[in-house]
Amino acid sequence: MKQSLKFSVNGRPLELNVEPRQTLADCLRVELGLTGTHLGCEHGVCGACTVMVDGDAVRSCLMFAVQLEGAQVVTIEGVSPPSGLSPLQQKMREYHALQCGFCTPGMVVALHHLFMGNATPDEAEICEAISGNICRCTGYQPIIAAALALSRENGGA
Amino acid sequence: MKPAPFKYFAPANIAQAIEMLAADDQARPIAGGQSLVPMMNLRLARPSALIDLNRIPGLSDIRETGEVLCIGSMTRQATLLRSPLVRRLAPLMTDALAFVGHPPTRARGTIGGSIANADPAAELPVVMLALDADFVVRGSTGERVIPARDFSRGMFETSIREGEILTEIRVPSRQPLARHAFLELARRHGDFAIVSVGVNLTLNVDGKCEKARVVLGGVGPVPVRCAAVEAMLQNQPLNQVNFRAATDAIDPGMIEFESRGASRDYRLHVARVLLQRALESTSRSTDAKSV
Repeated sequence: MKQSLKFSVNGRPLELNVEPRQTLADCLRVELGLTGTHLGCEHGVCGACTVMVDGDAVRSCLMFAVQLEGAQVVTIEGVSPPSGLSPLQQKMREYHALQCGFCTPGMVVALHHLFMGNATPDEAEICEAISGNICRCTGYQPIIAAALALSRENGGA
Repeated sequence: MKPAPFKYFAPANIAQAIEMLAADDQARPIAGGQSLVPMMNLRLARPSALIDLNRIPGLSDIRETGEVLCIGSMTRQATLLRSPLVRRLAPLMTDALAFVGHPPTRARGTIGGSIANADPAAELPVVMLALDADFVVRGSTGERVIPARDFSRGMFETSIREGEILTEIRVPSRQPLARHAFLELARRHGDFAIVSVGVNLTLNVDGKCEKARVVLGGVGPVPVRCAAVEAMLQNQPLNQVNFRAATDAIDPGMIEFESRGASRDYRLHVARVLLQRALESTSRSTDAKSV
């Protein structure tokens, strides 16, 4: 039986009827058409589905949409400017921080969350922030290099 | 990879939650969901209903009461990791939390969920046994307290009875002359441990070990105290000779788990190496650690 749900996604207030078993990730993709959030493993291991809920970076495959009454959700679509790239995305482009791109939304959201709280993270902090995100192409180094470049641009060492 | 259908309830208080649990023996409480939801997605768990504890106020306080650190069961692991009070009163917990999952799983995962889930490779149950914690559970007939040593019943099995909910974790505050260390080996940082070790020592004024708690995780269905190791450390000063004697005293019979790539011999070796390093780090730490 579907249950009613009021929450906001990327600043837009929404009212939906959802089946309790629908995860936040599926709700975003199927109900709202926000397919930027990728589903890799669907059991909390790969980090591709990372979104922000009430300011925390979380795995959207491990929450049910019905749990989000009153919550504020920000997805990869919400951290990207209406046109062009965010400073973080720009750096990721410059440093070739993606190849196939599957993990990229999760990486960008996890790093975006890091930079929200700390404009000048060091390498250890960057590695910790993306420690729950699996990438099978880049070897991680270009992703770390891109984040470090942004940190430097923000005045970090 | 989609969970089976279930009913969803979000009780406003603990009494309601207990009532809902009692009404349906296939219902399960959900805390942070970082273990239960993967199990549901894989259909290894098929609860008929989820009783969501996330909307119940008052279950995520961290406070000092007398000589005891009281932590609400719904306190997020990320909150605990950042808490200056936890670092001051139970630094072993802070050290161990850095090994628990990743920032996004710690943002949701709770202390109570981890303890009640009782994964044999989880870090927090090891810490609880090393710290002599007490667990407060509430059911329809009231509240009772279970000491950590009586809590683990087996793999994913605890003494929490059907219809009961873990509400609070009570940890004795760190004594002035206490030393601690937590170490683990995992394939990747943040994964569950192949072997973990928690050490909690209380020294006397002469620097000798008055009370030792040494706990291994990941080696069997439940975390285990190493009685022989503790006995070797008892009344001894912290030095290399005693550390070597203590690590040699790990009972090989305690290592029950064996898996591809991690045989019993290997786990025993890792347990010895980790314990040696943990003990060495306790002898390097100082008592005047102010936070």
